[in-house]
Amino acid sequence: MIAALTLVSGQQPLIAWHTDEELPACDLIVLPGGFSHGDYLRSGAIAARAPVMNAVRRAADSGVMILGVCNGFQMLTEAGLLPGALMRNAGLTFVCKEVRLQIANTDTAFTKYYDKDEVIRCPVAHHDGNYFADAQTLEEIEGNGQVVFRYAEGTNPNGSINDIAGIMNTKRNVLGMMPHPENLIEPAHGGTDGRRLFEAALKMVQSRAA
Amino acid sequence: MTVNNTHAITPQLIADHGINDEEYARILELTGREPTFTELGIWSAMWNEHCSYKSSKKWLKTLPTDGPRVVYGPGENAGVVDIGDGDVVVFKMESHNHPSFIEPYQGAATGVGGILRDVFTMGARPIAAMNALRFGAPDHEKTRHLVAGVVAGIGGYGNSFGVPTVGGEVNFHPRYNGNILVNAFAAGIARGDAIYISKAEGVGLPVVYLGAKTGRDGVGGATMASAEFDDSIDEKRPTVQVGDPFTEKCLLEACLELMATGAVIAIQDMGAAGLTCSAVEMGARGDLGIRLNLDDVPAREDSMTAYEMMLSESQERMLMVLRPEKEQEAKTIFVKWGLDFAVVGETTDDLRFRIQHQGQEVADLPIKELGDEAPEYDRPWVEPGTYSQQSPHLFAPPDDYNHALLKLLGSPNLSSRRWVWEQYDTMIQGNTLQLPGGDAGVVRVDGHATKALAFSSDVTPRYVEADPYEGGKQAVAECYRNLIATGSEPLAATDNLNFGNPEKPEIMGQFVAAVRGIGEACSSLGMPIVSGNVSLYNETNGEAILPTPTIGGVGLIDDQEKMARIGSADDRDVLFLIGTEGTHLARSIYQYEILEEESGPAPAVDLLMEKTRGDFVLAAIRSGYASACHDISDGGLAVALAEMCIASGIGATCTIDITYAHAALFGEDQSRYIIAVDDQWADMFAANSEGSGVSFARIGVVGGDRLVINEFVDLSVKDMKDAHEAWFPNFMGAGTVAQAAE
Repeated sequence: MIAALTLVSGQQPLIAWHTDEELPACDLIVLPGGFSHGDYLRSGAIAARAPVMNAVRRAADSGVMILGVCNGFQMLTEAGLLPGALMRNAGLTFVCKEVRLQIANTDTAFTKYYDKDEVIRCPVAHHDGNYFADAQTLEEIEGNGQVVFRYAEGTNPNGSINDIAGIMNTKRNVLGMMPHPENLIEPAHGGTDGRRLFEAALKMVQSRAA
Repeated sequence: MTVNNTHAITPQLIADHGINDEEYARILELTGREPTFTELGIWSAMWNEHCSYKSSKKWLKTLPTDGPRVVYGPGENAGVVDIGDGDVVVFKMESHNHPSFIEPYQGAATGVGGILRDVFTMGARPIAAMNALRFGAPDHEKTRHLVAGVVAGIGGYGNSFGVPTVGGEVNFHPRYNGNILVNAFAAGIARGDAIYISKAEGVGLPVVYLGAKTGRDGVGGATMASAEFDDSIDEKRPTVQVGDPFTEKCLLEACLELMATGAVIAIQDMGAAGLTCSAVEMGARGDLGIRLNLDDVPAREDSMTAYEMMLSESQERMLMVLRPEKEQEAKTIFVKWGLDFAVVGETTDDLRFRIQHQGQEVADLPIKELGDEAPEYDRPWVEPGTYSQQSPHLFAPPDDYNHALLKLLGSPNLSSRRWVWEQYDTMIQGNTLQLPGGDAGVVRVDGHATKALAFSSDVTPRYVEADPYEGGKQAVAECYRNLIATGSEPLAATDNLNFGNPEKPEIMGQFVAAVRGIGEACSSLGMPIVSGNVSLYNETNGEAILPTPTIGGVGLIDDQEKMARIGSADDRDVLFLIGTEGTHLARSIYQYEILEEESGPAPAVDLLMEKTRGDFVLAAIRSGYASACHDISDGGLAVALAEMCIASGIGATCTIDITYAHAALFGEDQSRYIIAVDDQWADMFAANSEGSGVSFARIGVVGGDRLVINEFVDLSVKDMKDAHEAWFPNFMGAGTVAQAAE
């Protein structure tokens, strides 16, 4: 993720340590994938209670854009910054493959460079990506347009309810998604479908800074 | 329960430690008295087959280990090879066979952990992993359980640690029913001037223990791995270690950070025989004594004995000799990563290995003799028999070639391994250029504009069984061919030699002949062996595995833009066969699956021809001629063509010379490739091939959605793909996840 952000933005992101109480002033916070704390207990559960997450929560409240990918998404749900939970994949195994993603909402800072209902390629790599929310929460997030990405064309790899692959909060500044757009951003990856997400986010950051 | 540390040394206790009478007499002589219980454990740990290579050393010395690019050959934690621009690739393959049979998830997981540690102990950041797996017959009652556990264990460790798994092998054969093979490979990249080795230097320096705490897991594991199995193996579960990939990830980061400070003089990971082996190696290599105080060793459990601490194989631990003035800085780094850091001893000038525990000296042994004076055996061996060549007319043709091809594509040993590798993170780190499923996995070199490394793991055990010498050659040649097929220059290899009980002359004969074949092939093909591992006693109730000398090779791609892939052929590309018509059906997948027999000679490898054709194909790919390339191996030409069609999703129409159709289609003659060339370059390519003297034939054109070969094969790509993809998920009973979710 650091390499992807560097490639797309042309500069190295700042890196925060899990015990940091404060974050530097920034416009975009990315919670990358990886097995934080080995995913012991539950995926993202221990990291969600790390000191740095208090600072992330304050940043989210103040409107800073936040992107959580894979384990980052799991942390965001565990921290209560996004609704629902990510359960063990329906197939009970880790799954690493390319899936199809439908852009369910293009009216967000992260997806505005995609077309509505466009279907893109994107890799996934996770053991616990089976999104679940209770009926009422589901109705709310569907009604509010908080579902941003859906697995398309029968490629749901994990049993997620309503094929949900990525969601935002109601304020539309926090996005969590299981797929890895950062692994499909240059020709060497075999495609660049993930790149527009980062370009859109950086554009928003730049326009805010200007 | 604690083991009483003042056990009487009885003949039974000595035998239980895998030490024979002759060895014990030597131990008495070197110790100068009866060893204590702890000392007996230390001798046993250092002198067992797994750690000492006592049966194999004589023959391993005959392997070519040097070359212009070799920085460190065998003897260190991993081999080190120059890849230009001041960078080196560091790699090794190692077995975790016995633990994986006893407890498949943890056995396989800790196998991955161990090999990763070997790589980063040398200062390299791991960038790629592979694994070579051999299981029993698909219908054996334990096979599915073992496949599920081993695959989950490899994924569980490698995925969490964050290294992409880019290649490997999975085979099934009844001879592995009671003794599966799990061979794990890892490679890393480092700067050539920042490589760390185990040789300690300097007297009175702190010996520091780093990483996870020591528990009772794995006590005696290396001794267990040096014995045959019998029906009591379930009692051996406590000798299998438990992995913690998150701690390993932290250990990696802490070690690399510490190395960057210049604090590290010597480093050794605690693998087999844990604290004993690592401390002895550091001292013996550096001509130094080591004194350890076990009271300072971070322990996971109370009241562990000295014996248990010295023989524990708890994972994710390192031993280092540090510059004293950097000790505090080093400690700060390890505390930051949440790891234990303890000074547990010092280097001395007396060449003794001395262990203190609770105020008592529990061991005082000569360190050089522990490390270097392990017995070396010239075990009796018999030259394996050979078979005479068998003409194709001795093999029955299939009733229906379409049916035969579909059957091969969907057979246990040829079907797609997607079910396996989709459980491995193949893309983590963002540098993977070729996923599993092609000829070799390819990972680009981070920070370099065009450079990439290719990785392949190969051996065809049914060939080695028929002819260990030719089979040994073929394992290297096949690895070489897979590397060439991506457009990489083969650089070097690691070997993982899995055999039965070396005390049986026919098994030792297999080993000797296979090593001879490997050595000749490595010399001829310019792939020195830079690291490796030997796993003997792979027998259960007296029945040995198929001899399985796995070769893991590394190749260098200068310009990844010109890399070739199995599935990148385009419409109208012209297909060329490099090599001649297939003739060899003995020991083929065709013979195994269609005729249900295993007999006759293995295909021979002409190493000179192998090199000539390899050079030719590599030059063709590097010149940009090849839009796709694939080697011809298991299943012969028809299977190779089908695999290319399945990978690209495009068909092909081929007309080949045929003397015996079943041999031309399914024969496993060696040193052959298929290259797809853009039609506008095809004539020029053909003219070049004429001039080179390499045998070749223009065999077809890419296009459509069917594979057609003369009047024999006419199948849709979809039907072939369905057959190829179906076997594994059906076997494992997984179905598709989408169905499971509904």
